[in-house]
Amino acid sequence: MPSTYTLISSNVLASSAASVTFSAIPSTYTDLVLRMSLRNDASFYVSSAVIKVNAITGTYSFTTLLGDGSSAASSRDSGSYQGFYLSGVNGNTATSNSFSSHEVYLPNYAGSANKVASLDNANETNATAAYRTINAGLLGNTAAVTSLTITSSSANFLTGSSFYLYGIKNS
Amino acid sequence: MPSTYEPIATASGTDATISFTSIPSTYTDLRLVIVTTKNPNIYINDDFGTAYSNTWLEGSGSTAISARSTSDSSWRPYNYVTQTGSNRTMMTFNIFSYAGSTYKTALMEFSNDANGSGYVTRAVSLWRSTSAINKLTVTNIYTATLYGIKNA
Repeated sequence: MPSTYTLISSNVLASSAASVTFSAIPSTYTDLVLRMSLRNDASFYVSSAVIKVNAITGTYSFTTLLGDGSSAASSRDSGSYQGFYLSGVNGNTATSNSFSSHEVYLPNYAGSANKVASLDNANETNATAAYRTINAGLLGNTAAVTSLTITSSSANFLTGSSFYLYGIKNS
Repeated sequence: MPSTYEPIATASGTDATISFTSIPSTYTDLRLVIVTTKNPNIYINDDFGTAYSNTWLEGSGSTAISARSTSDSSWRPYNYVTQTGSNRTMMTFNIFSYAGSTYKTALMEFSNDANGSGYVTRAVSLWRSTSAINKLTVTNIYTATLYGIKNA
């Protein structure tokens, strides 16, 4: 039986970085999974990032479900962000040594349909601000995904932030 | 390191109804990954009765709600936007201890955005049967892949 859940590439930051790019992603898998543990240097408890597909900066839209520990809400956005929006990234005033957790699932990434993504974001710091956010994302572009660039909304992701890209095969 | 995440079968079509049959009992859990353009329903072991129930947490883009169905006819999302053209929706079902002798539970993820409409849903679903799951029938798929996950 072949290995079907394979690490394509990873990057654990030894120093701060504004962005991380996975390039030359092979088309030989069925789906992609991007798992990240993140903290950036924003002067907030909670910050954000975006994921650009193939360096495309437009035509992303989202439907969001969010819980903040006391209430739940839903929202929608079309075109405001230059990438799949990654919410709930731990900022630099979040509890020390805490990182937010993120999983992004891209089915049929090499196909000829518009690209969809399921984004799960979890931020818990034993403090007043914490969020669990789930996004459905749509990129109105039919090109195969060959690169993913994750960019911090503030200057940099901090040391210790990790990025793992996996490929999943259906046979 | 043994392989612990294995494809069992895959299928594709346009709004197709497909069945995964003779599912082996050798895994610990099942994971079903679906890409679809219409509203899918999941039926287990040809049970088309009312042994299903679902509890949903859903965001519509403007409000967040929670809802429940009891004695339902399938595992399913709560709401759905029929997508056209090249837009797709992604769903996953993580089905735990599918070969055991207790009622069967699944955690469902549903992600649908149509650039102006759509829903994000997470749900827990129950099938009130102690039988091992050996067949899954899924309606309205574009692609569907069933994976088996081993705990060792």
